[in-house]
Amino acid sequence: MTDISHVTGLDALSQSQAANARQIRNARLSMALRYIVLVVVGIVMLYPLIWLIGASFKTNAEIFGNPGFVPANPTTEGYAKGWETSTPYTFGRFFLNSFLIIVPKVIGTAISCTMVAYGFARFDFPFKKLLFGSVIAILLLPNVVTRIPQYLLFRDLGWLDSFLPLWVPSAFAGDAFFVFMLVQFLRAIPGDMEEAARVDGANSWQTLVFIVVPMLAPALISVCLFQFMWTMNDFLGPLIYISSVDKYPVSLALKLSIDTTEAFEWNRILAMSVLTITPALIVFFMAQKYFIEGISAGGVKG
Amino acid sequence: MTRSRFLGLGYLAPYIVGLVIFTMIPFVGSFYLSFTDYNLMDAPRWTGLKNYIELFTSDRTFRKSLSVTLIYVFTTVPLKLAFALFIAYILNYKLRFINVFRTAFYVPSILGGSIAIAVLWRYIFASEGLVNMVLVSLGIEPVNWFGDPTNALLTISLLRCWQFGSAMVIFLAALQSVDKSLYEAAEIDGASKFTSFVFITIPLITPVIFFNLIMQMVQAFQEFNGPYIITQGGPLKSTYLLPLYIYDEAFRRFDMGYASAIAWVLFIIIMALTLVAFWSSKKWVYYAGDKRS
Repeated sequence: MTDISHVTGLDALSQSQAANARQIRNARLSMALRYIVLVVVGIVMLYPLIWLIGASFKTNAEIFGNPGFVPANPTTEGYAKGWETSTPYTFGRFFLNSFLIIVPKVIGTAISCTMVAYGFARFDFPFKKLLFGSVIAILLLPNVVTRIPQYLLFRDLGWLDSFLPLWVPSAFAGDAFFVFMLVQFLRAIPGDMEEAARVDGANSWQTLVFIVVPMLAPALISVCLFQFMWTMNDFLGPLIYISSVDKYPVSLALKLSIDTTEAFEWNRILAMSVLTITPALIVFFMAQKYFIEGISAGGVKG
Repeated sequence: MTRSRFLGLGYLAPYIVGLVIFTMIPFVGSFYLSFTDYNLMDAPRWTGLKNYIELFTSDRTFRKSLSVTLIYVFTTVPLKLAFALFIAYILNYKLRFINVFRTAFYVPSILGGSIAIAVLWRYIFASEGLVNMVLVSLGIEPVNWFGDPTNALLTISLLRCWQFGSAMVIFLAALQSVDKSLYEAAEIDGASKFTSFVFITIPLITPVIFFNLIMQMVQAFQEFNGPYIITQGGPLKSTYLLPLYIYDEAFRRFDMGYASAIAWVLFIIIMALTLVAFWSSKKWVYYAGDKRS
């Protein structure tokens, strides 16, 4: 009897060992599979970008003949000729225009959205629910439905072919997404410090500037980065409002270069495409933490 | 609290002014314009329902454009979300380099809206472009991407799916917040990984699925850059999405009234689908602490 129970006990032990071994093997296999999927997906996703960078240094003949990254006869001709453009201006002018659009827009967004978010998160006032509801409504409202009257409004104001239609709506906290994101962020911060400042005699404006803004800094950085990126990428806005080539931002200039560059001069266009995405890439890699946090916090478009 | 009840409204002042001038007035204005004939030269002329009647009875371009838009949205959005969730699920594991992968997958979302990427798409899907070069080297027949209506729409769709990173980051944050003890309990009860995913993970992250679904749908309906740069709406208007048609009517033919009518049809479709999603969400979205569940 004792023998038998001893034997079955051993048996059970070795069985559980086998089960353990199987589990470990399965876990390793599943881990390996995960890595394989991730690496393959990563390569498929990023290779077009890598290829783009390589191709911008290729000769025109090689662009449609070599799927590899490394150029056979590297040349910077695409950059030199592409930079010149077919207009009287160089691409430098278009980059300058882009930054002239971006900088006031980002500043206006940061200031107006901070004020509005502070109002929503820290005060009670009539129609608060209704007004916050309107933030959500704007978030979901397709721009397409307001675009034509906006255009007519800016025409009547004499703002066409200037940067004003691109700057002004943002300076009035028009990007509801940012208001929403900052309100969420502020609600998570306890109001103790502000209460202390108020007891010490600070008015609400001083509290905002000296207490709230420093605490909001990480979220504000996210706001500025997203606005920078979206404005840099914006195409439809400038397409509708900007008509003189000397005011073109990079996005319009790139489209112009596709239309006007002679056929077979592909590397110029690819080279300028690389330059177009470079600022966004640099900013992203320097500050990726803020992007990922901003997105996870508010949830985003894109 | 001794401060005025209206102090908060003071901080909201810029928003309220902007709301009225740049959103509410244009919103009402475009509804009005949709019932007029307005070519920018003369004053808008009231024509009643004429624009809408024309759209739904005699405008074949509109019918084509509408059906292409619906096909595009209803294929692209589920595809993109499923892919984003799949990758988030794989990433949600004790993996090394998780941050490296997350960053890498997010890069396309940062750049995706750029014209430069649409330009790149033109090159890689060209008849002798990167994609076909790779296919040929694998022994597969090259594909006529831009010449064939179905394939052309697919390239636009792929451009959007390629930008799955932001949806993925949101899914990943949701997956990481799921209570691990639930999985352990399910495992003890003999549930497989797949069963736990379907019956534990999915129900718990429905709020995030719902959020992503709405946002992605609203954006997909407004896709402009991709078709404008990559295919110019062609071939045979197979990628002529409604925003392209609205742009052409408004800013090329300066038919502001007709363009407004199309915009309103698009708006009502988006609105209706959003309302359906909100209404149905009561049945399928789970909120922690909700007594009904």
